[in-house]
Amino acid sequence: MNDFQTEAISQPKSVSLKQVIDIKNLRKCFGNQEVLKSVSIKLFNGENLVVLGKSGSGKSVLIKCIVGLLNADCGSINVLGENVNELNSLDLGELRKKVGFLFQSGALYDSMTVRQNLEFPLHRVRKELTQKEIEEKVKEALENVGLSDAINKMPSQLSGGMRKRISLARTIVVDPLIMLYDEPTTGLDPVTSDEISLLINTIQKKYKTSSIIITHDLTCAKETGDRVAMFVEGKFTRIGDFNEVFDTTDEQVKAFYDYNFIK
Amino acid sequence: MNDHTLRIKPPPALNKAKKFTIKISDNTIANTVAANNFLTDFADVLLFINRTVKETFSRNFEFREFLRQCFQIGNKTLPLISVTGIIMGLVLTIQSRPSLAKFGADAMLPGMVAVSLIREMGPVITALICAGKIGSGMGAELGSMKVTEQIEAMEVSSTNPMRFLVVTRVLAATLMIPILILYSDALGILGSWVGANIKGDVTFVLFFSQAFRHIDFIDFLPAFVKSVFFGAVIGMVGCYKGYNAGRGTESVGIAATSAVVLGSLLVLVVDVVAVQLTDLL
Repeated sequence: MNDFQTEAISQPKSVSLKQVIDIKNLRKCFGNQEVLKSVSIKLFNGENLVVLGKSGSGKSVLIKCIVGLLNADCGSINVLGENVNELNSLDLGELRKKVGFLFQSGALYDSMTVRQNLEFPLHRVRKELTQKEIEEKVKEALENVGLSDAINKMPSQLSGGMRKRISLARTIVVDPLIMLYDEPTTGLDPVTSDEISLLINTIQKKYKTSSIIITHDLTCAKETGDRVAMFVEGKFTRIGDFNEVFDTTDEQVKAFYDYNFIK
Repeated sequence: MNDHTLRIKPPPALNKAKKFTIKISDNTIANTVAANNFLTDFADVLLFINRTVKETFSRNFEFREFLRQCFQIGNKTLPLISVTGIIMGLVLTIQSRPSLAKFGADAMLPGMVAVSLIREMGPVITALICAGKIGSGMGAELGSMKVTEQIEAMEVSSTNPMRFLVVTRVLAATLMIPILILYSDALGILGSWVGANIKGDVTFVLFFSQAFRHIDFIDFLPAFVKSVFFGAVIGMVGCYKGYNAGRGTESVGIAATSAVVLGSLLVLVVDVVAVQLTDLL
């Protein structure tokens, strides 16, 4: 292991080396608990970077800092050339228009139909679109996730998997450059999890997005990740492709692998 | 000689004094923490109010959402306020009639009921009902949105959640609750007429004209002004409790109930202040 905290085993293979996110020495504490301990990582253009780790290790805190939902205590987060910590609320709002965030719970607006849920960000992020163009984009996004029939349903009428797919549709409908997925397959059965993983790959190809996928699901990680980063106790310990990361004698990493069943 | 013999037990009096000091010290720490928490919460409330006022006067007012909230508050509370208003007037009339009859002042009944309803009972009781229905609804809705990350989802989609969720609700409550109070007053007078006709026979026109003979503008204005403050307080408390709900479903319930309790209490506090100010006029 070298002096740097992260043992980068390999560079990403089939994607460009242009960085879209560059995080350096990020620290975040909640009271006396240090959740992020000098975290550094890069996301390259067009890649899916999977962040693997146990529940409660701080993975969600990391992506919330990226999009400015939480303020880091120190360190820098550079997203598409902008330092997130130094942006005012207007500029942060402009940056967020280029970043899609899929929440763990889906976070669909309960009081709105599926159509209204998808139109909501479009009205705010893509103000130049006419109502007809908005309706077409909504239909297209729902077709991409295979739920065109659900357009007039309320979120309470949807199953867990459907809610996750509609949330995904709401996130991609604004054509973001970067996607952040917070536990996209948590709470779903293996078949639906597989469908979500497939959708993530489809979105990467179709919308040419760069993504960070937070998960503890090794099957999802293997299916979607161009690179995998192991997140243990507030810091990255190994980064590389899936097989490289788990080809190790590190007990913590091996334990994580051994307790997951993967295809 | 071993270690045990060197450990001399302190005298009983010293032991008691030590325990007493520790108890005082623990109580002081607990009270300091409680005072600290109270001041922190108070500062949070002031910051929340400051942010709400700032966002109210910023650009891009969410007018559509504001209208939707006005409809929600007005339309959905109407049946409850209707029943409340009629019962208020009815009960006040039935209870007051015997006392007035003793002094031969039956003819004063419409005026007395109208003044009581318009000046005090109508605004306060209607506001307390609204604190329960509207305040708890806001607390529960925003609390549930907080717990399910919907507020964060709004932030990430470049929507200002304070402007969209809080400002619209506070303004809608400030506008609609005075209107609901006026509506409740009107129905209260109607209920009073029904009550008067249980043991009497008065036409509605006569009853109404007798009621309004004793009402001046000075009866309406302070009541209307304080009802605006009631609306603002109920909206602000409901939104504050919901927006700052903790994690987990339990916190949604806590947000809803504490919105009702605090909203009701503040309605009474505002009423006391308003009554004192009116007395000075």
